[in-house]
Amino acid sequence: MDNKIDTGDSYVIEGKLALPYTYFAGRVGSTFITTIRDKHKIMGVKCNTCDKVFVPPRQTCERCLEDIRENWVELGNTGEVVNFTVVRYEDKHLPRKVPFVLALIHLDGADTPMVHILDGVDPEEVKIGMKVQAVFAEKTTHTILDIDHFAPV
Amino acid sequence: MGYRKKNRNVGIVGIGETKFSSHREDVNQPEMIHEAVRQALDDAGLKIDEIDCVVHGNMELFEMVHQPDMWHTLGSGAFGRDSFRLTTGGTTGGTLVCAADNLVASGMYDVVMAVGFEKLQEGHTTGGITNMADPLWARKLQSGALTAQAANKLIDEFGAERARKAAMIYRIIMDKHAGLNPNSHRAFGLDWDQMDDLIENSPPLIGDLRLIHMCSQSDGACVIIFASEEKAKKIAKTPVWVRDHITVHREETLDLHNNYYPNRTTHRFAAQQLYARNGIDNPLEYFDVFEMYDPSAWWGVDWLREFFLLEGDEHLKLVENKEIMIDGKMPINPSGGVIAANPIGATAIVRTAEAAKQVRGDAGPHQIPKPVNHALTSSFGGTMWTVLTMLEKDLDW
Repeated sequence: MDNKIDTGDSYVIEGKLALPYTYFAGRVGSTFITTIRDKHKIMGVKCNTCDKVFVPPRQTCERCLEDIRENWVELGNTGEVVNFTVVRYEDKHLPRKVPFVLALIHLDGADTPMVHILDGVDPEEVKIGMKVQAVFAEKTTHTILDIDHFAPV
Repeated sequence: MGYRKKNRNVGIVGIGETKFSSHREDVNQPEMIHEAVRQALDDAGLKIDEIDCVVHGNMELFEMVHQPDMWHTLGSGAFGRDSFRLTTGGTTGGTLVCAADNLVASGMYDVVMAVGFEKLQEGHTTGGITNMADPLWARKLQSGALTAQAANKLIDEFGAERARKAAMIYRIIMDKHAGLNPNSHRAFGLDWDQMDDLIENSPPLIGDLRLIHMCSQSDGACVIIFASEEKAKKIAKTPVWVRDHITVHREETLDLHNNYYPNRTTHRFAAQQLYARNGIDNPLEYFDVFEMYDPSAWWGVDWLREFFLLEGDEHLKLVENKEIMIDGKMPINPSGGVIAANPIGATAIVRTAEAAKQVRGDAGPHQIPKPVNHALTSSFGGTMWTVLTMLEKDLDW
């Protein structure tokens, strides 16, 4: 069967969208990032009603809508891998040369896991339950990448 | 027509509205939304678990966040609840009202919260708007949201002097209203002795549209909670009833759909259908307030004729005689309207929120001095998209 489509005389327009943006992190998000940057500490916030410690932190508990912006809790810089994946395709937006590991890390003292790069271990050796700790970046970018990566303890 | 009478009545039971501003560096998007959500819940005396469904709306390209409703659950209260996202351009907020009303009227949900927001400071509005146009015919031949179409039309018909003066009277009235509304983004304190100077010297944008005529780019959020008649009567002391709404739209930038010009506007068409099916013969007599989506003073003047089905220069006379002022015969935008604040995804829902507050009688410093029983609100989006909503104080139609 011939599946060829005749595309003769069909004009194609090449386009590109320029879509610049800025993003305001809010005071809770700002404190989270600057505390990592300046003090090498990872902070969460606690909802006392739901008895949950959220990281990354948020101004409002999305479950009960209580204002929790002042309820800062210092978390350990150590935690446990609760899930992970190995990135094996190259693309410009990726933060590392492949292969590398993106892991869900349950920090000590938190109720929610956060995602980050897991390095210093062969991707084939990563295990759920593995104990890891934060390795902070030498040079700040004022982003979540001020934690450069997590590495096995 | 697919129109059917409502399955059951729907009332507005809670309203929340942030202060509008071009500077909200202090909050992120979910935090800003939450300010309006909290206000609306408190206004209704409801807890979040009493909301059955959340309808969220904005223009994604304006902040460059795709699927914002998902991470806005941190502030919107949509966690664990049924939720929809709507994006219909400038009319987004009006469409939110229609959707929430339909969702409750249908019997699907008893209590629905509609959340409209925009944080235009974070993105590039013109970038988003220009990409709305057809890539082959229009994208390289358009001026974004800025157009002098209404100015040209008014000048052609009534002469430059009268038309320019009417647009500036309209503009100054809107600024005077904005000065009364604590949530306004812009209120300059304009006065009548500035008329001639503004007509001559305000920076020109396109054709006869000048900077002073045009709306702002604002940040802000607005939330309305809708409930079934049975629930609304229990929740609110004075529920405001959503009587009817209508949506009409067409592409007309390039007459791709072969409209013959001049033609009936979507505004007039929508108004005719809505009034006919509700038995309203004289809208100017019937309504006590009209919150209009007026992106510029020129449009505001021109569209009065369409929405009220007027003829000749009746709309100009309304403006020239200042009948559209807050204490006039037909108060238009006691809030200051869109020229005073335009957080796009919220703008159209603000029209209904403000009109509902007028009906309740608790709008604050910009409350209309006489009783408001019947309110009309409009939404507008590109290219010619109209939503009209009718609100009532009493369930007596």
